[in-house]
Amino acid sequence: MTTITANPSYKLEFASSPHVHSRWSTKRAMWMVVIALVPCMISAVLFYGFYQLLIMAVSVLFAVLTEAAVKYFRKREITIGDGSAVITGLLLALIVPPNFSLVFTALGAVVAIGLGKEIFGGLGFNIFNPALVGRAFLQAAFPVQITTWTVPNYAVEGVTSATPLAAFKFDKVGTEVSNMFFGNIGGSLGETSAIAVLIGGLFLVFAGVINYRVPLAMILGMVIFGGLFWLIDGTTFPDPIFQLTAGGFLFGTFFMATDWVSSPVTPKGMWIFGLGISLVLVMIRLFGGLPEGVMYAILFMNGFVPLINRYTRPTIFGEAK
Amino acid sequence: MANKVTAAKEFIKGLWDQNPVFKQVLGMCPVLAVTVSAENGIAMALATTFVLVFSSFVVSIIKNWIPSQVRIAAYILIIATFVTIVDLVMKAQFPALSKALGPFIPLIIVNCLILGRQEAFASKNSVGRAVLDALGMGTGFLIALFLLGATRELFGTGMILGFQIMPEVYEPWLIMILPAGAFLTLGLMMGFFNSYSEKKKAEERNTIVEKYRQAKRQAETKPLEAN
Repeated sequence: MTTITANPSYKLEFASSPHVHSRWSTKRAMWMVVIALVPCMISAVLFYGFYQLLIMAVSVLFAVLTEAAVKYFRKREITIGDGSAVITGLLLALIVPPNFSLVFTALGAVVAIGLGKEIFGGLGFNIFNPALVGRAFLQAAFPVQITTWTVPNYAVEGVTSATPLAAFKFDKVGTEVSNMFFGNIGGSLGETSAIAVLIGGLFLVFAGVINYRVPLAMILGMVIFGGLFWLIDGTTFPDPIFQLTAGGFLFGTFFMATDWVSSPVTPKGMWIFGLGISLVLVMIRLFGGLPEGVMYAILFMNGFVPLINRYTRPTIFGEAK
Repeated sequence: MANKVTAAKEFIKGLWDQNPVFKQVLGMCPVLAVTVSAENGIAMALATTFVLVFSSFVVSIIKNWIPSQVRIAAYILIIATFVTIVDLVMKAQFPALSKALGPFIPLIIVNCLILGRQEAFASKNSVGRAVLDALGMGTGFLIALFLLGATRELFGTGMILGFQIMPEVYEPWLIMILPAGAFLTLGLMMGFFNSYSEKKKAEERNTIVEKYRQAKRQAETKPLEAN
């Protein structure tokens, strides 16, 4: 009688079709995002000084360390090489105010990775954008420090440290569009310069890292919903151009809402997601207690993503409607 | 059946194995709402324990006279009596604490932990066991509320029971004394404790399986030797 013994060195891998080969990998995409963030990093240093580089370094370091520590204690493969923790750390650093405490930054990075990502099981399982979870935690933990804005380096006379949105909401003071376009205004590290964000964002869109639908839907949504209120009453409500360039809108549009994991996968879903963020954002900015709400708007819509995916699932070929 | 369990175990089970907060997830409303400080947590737990023990005592005495159709209403009436006592005593003796706990003292009436113990235990067991069970559950509730309150107070203000623990440079995390902090702390604690007991259970299961396998191996080798 012959015996068949399985040779353990032969491993047969099964996967269902389609079998797609691609030069794309998570790692490559993540490093593309880092490249896209370089203009924002430059604008941060340019307008607020070299201390901001320290914030970025601390944030990235603690994000990576947290990920490594969690993976180590859970006895999982340590995945810091894929660059996702670096991105989260960098994104978090770019949405805190200039000259922010390094201790708080580190805490924010630990919360972002620990509570925002790893607690759900790591990359690909998180419901909410990790960097925004870290920022939301910091906002609730240290409300005073996180809204203390430094005056930018090239401030002309009359420029206050208040962000344009806060100045408009509480004092009805407008800000020159050119200042907002280049970033010579009060605000978080990476979000003040519209042009720097646009360069990085468009690079990501044309490089194919992010889909154009979410940013386009958000911008369209802002023009529609923001413009609607402006047409109703132009004195109490800001115009859409101001709304688009102010605060973290553009940064959130290109770098936060387009997160692969926490945004919808279907084309129709992406439109719903983007328009939804803008609608919630306009409500927060115009009628809420806070001057800015990009973070909450994106986190809020993140919560709807599983539902959006489910309801916009394309019909299978041949399936009766 | 209940007599197989020793009296001491009726008390101990509430502390950990059936901890009302971490294991049964009962009475979440006061757990989340009042644990901004260790002091509030202790006060709430003591008030709840008082009501729980006396309600269990009364319910187990009169359990045979309550028609089952109206038993819930009867339990609520009994519980409400003791809650009123607690509420009035606290208002008279500890006005500051009573103010801090606000409506959560009267709301003990509808705390599902208390009603749950009446329905599940006091109405089916002797007076002594009902009181022991209530004391155990109350103590378990106290442990949980103290842990939550102390953790939130420590991070939210740098103090425990009003004593400065953290160094002066420590900047309090406001989020911990906000409602969001309650959910975060409770979720993390529950996850931590449950993962610990899961691990213990898995170890126990492994030793049992190992024993069984050894026995099986021995049983299999014996007949061979006989041949």
